[in-house]
Amino acid sequence: MIELRGVTKAWPGGAGVQALDLGVAEGECCALIGPSGCGKTTTLRLVNRLVEPDAGSIRIAGQDALRQDPVQLRRGIGYVIQEGGLFPHRRVGANVATVPALLGWDARRIAARVEEVLALVGLDPAQYRDRWPHQLSGGERQRVGVARALAADPPVLLLDEPFGAVDPLRRAQLQQEVLALLKRLRKTVLLVTHDVQEAVLLGDSLALMRGGRLVQHATPAEMLARPADGFVADFLGADRALTRLGLFRISDAARDAADAPGAPLPEATTLRDALAAMLERGVTALPVAEGGSLTLEAVLRSR
Amino acid sequence: MIAWLRANPDAFLDALVQHLALSGAGLAIGVALALPAALLLARRPVLAEWVSAGAGVLRTLPSLAVLAALLPLLGVGFTPSVVALALLALPPVLLHALVGLRGAEPAAVEAARGMGFTPLQSLLRVEVPLALPQIFAGLRTAAVQVVSGAALATFIGGGGLGDLVTQGMALLDIAQLQVGAIAIALLSLGTEGGFGWLQRRWERA
Ligand SMILES: Nc1ncnc2c1ncn2[C@@H]1O[C@H](COP(=O)(O)OP(=O)(O)O)[C@@H](O)[C@H]1O
Ligand SMILES: [Mg+2]
Repeated sequence: MIELRGVTKAWPGGAGVQALDLGVAEGECCALIGPSGCGKTTTLRLVNRLVEPDAGSIRIAGQDALRQDPVQLRRGIGYVIQEGGLFPHRRVGANVATVPALLGWDARRIAARVEEVLALVGLDPAQYRDRWPHQLSGGERQRVGVARALAADPPVLLLDEPFGAVDPLRRAQLQQEVLALLKRLRKTVLLVTHDVQEAVLLGDSLALMRGGRLVQHATPAEMLARPADGFVADFLGADRALTRLGLFRISDAARDAADAPGAPLPEATTLRDALAAMLERGVTALPVAEGGSLTLEAVLRSR
Repeated sequence: MIAWLRANPDAFLDALVQHLALSGAGLAIGVALALPAALLLARRPVLAEWVSAGAGVLRTLPSLAVLAALLPLLGVGFTPSVVALALLALPPVLLHALVGLRGAEPAAVEAARGMGFTPLQSLLRVEVPLALPQIFAGLRTAAVQVVSGAALATFIGGGGLGDLVTQGMALLDIAQLQVGAIAIALLSLGTEGGFGWLQRRWERA
């Protein structure tokens, strides 16, 4: 759905992006990670041509993006930036209506869509439509930002650290909701984040960049299990084995028929949480609510 | 003073109306030139730098010097006075507008571009609305300068409340001189206060 081939952009100061090959399949979310200044945002802005490449090709939905009118191209791509970028002089409803209005939808269709899309991101339209952006919390602002990006139902979304300005407690919930929403709508997503946990949670694939180059592009499980080099391993963190266990659930692991004592855990529990429960209880086997038990052996084997 | 006003109500009103006409015309022309110029310069940062520097110089020139410089070019009377006042109004409006446009919340401007606003749509629908407080502040400064600057129009035959002062001096009529001086001061204060009130009202809205 999104195809970058040999894309290069040099900034006068340095780095930028060099000979980048990156593909995101339809309906998938690719999480771009890497240290600050490695070119994540530049890559995102190359896709909607806020930055023009020096070389290379960019295809979106089979079309050559570099031959399209950039303004038209951008109206077909959802874009959410870290600070939300809401228009402070427009109410929430008008903010969400931005792209449909640019596309010339009639007023009734716009109003209906604004309601629909606010509800999608978990905001009651009646309560929020007429508020000003400054009357919202950080999390609500990000929700409105996502609603605005979804308003014209674009197949592709670009998210640049969309949860950066949300306090950590709310962030986890917002991440889960957005993940479920994007999966349900089958959007193709390029997500920039510097948070490995967020990338692992939301990304079908991880693309790790360093100094404008793509170092490794793989599924989270693959990258966490087999980092391409020491830099990747360091970036994923010393606890990457634990992070990886968070990708699997008890239902994915081998089950022991024998019963184990203690409070049972549901099958949907991640192996990471199951391991934590074993440590906490000082046991090597846990009962599973759906039947049987999970042993430490089984957790270790699913590495 | 009161006696002079009672004796010469028409002379006072004529001077006042003339003063307001001079100020209004000068301000209107200055704004009509400065705002479009600011919009044109908003996308040309280097040129904007140069123009800002020029406007800064124009701003520091004493009003009287500007009047005197224009005298050989435009002669005397109402029109040259309006031209001089427009020149006085131009720098504050232009400079404030440029600062406001440059400072428009970068995230909102980035989002506007990223969602497919054309550069003109972004300028008119996002950058200008976000720069309005600055633009209004420029208007307020310009209005006050023009209203007090119009008192000097009398030196090139432009009329206005300044006439009461110069005539009062020539005739050694202290009452007339005082009426002129106090009216000019009150008008300037009133302009400052009026625009400030408008600004506060509008910010609350
Ligand atoms: N518009 C620009 N002009 C010049 N240099 C830029 C511009 N945008 C980004 N850069 C530079 O490119 C590098 C990569 O930036 P960016 O893509 O924003 O990194 P990241 O999002 O990974 O933190 C940085 O060194 C940054 O200073
Ligand atoms: Mg960035």
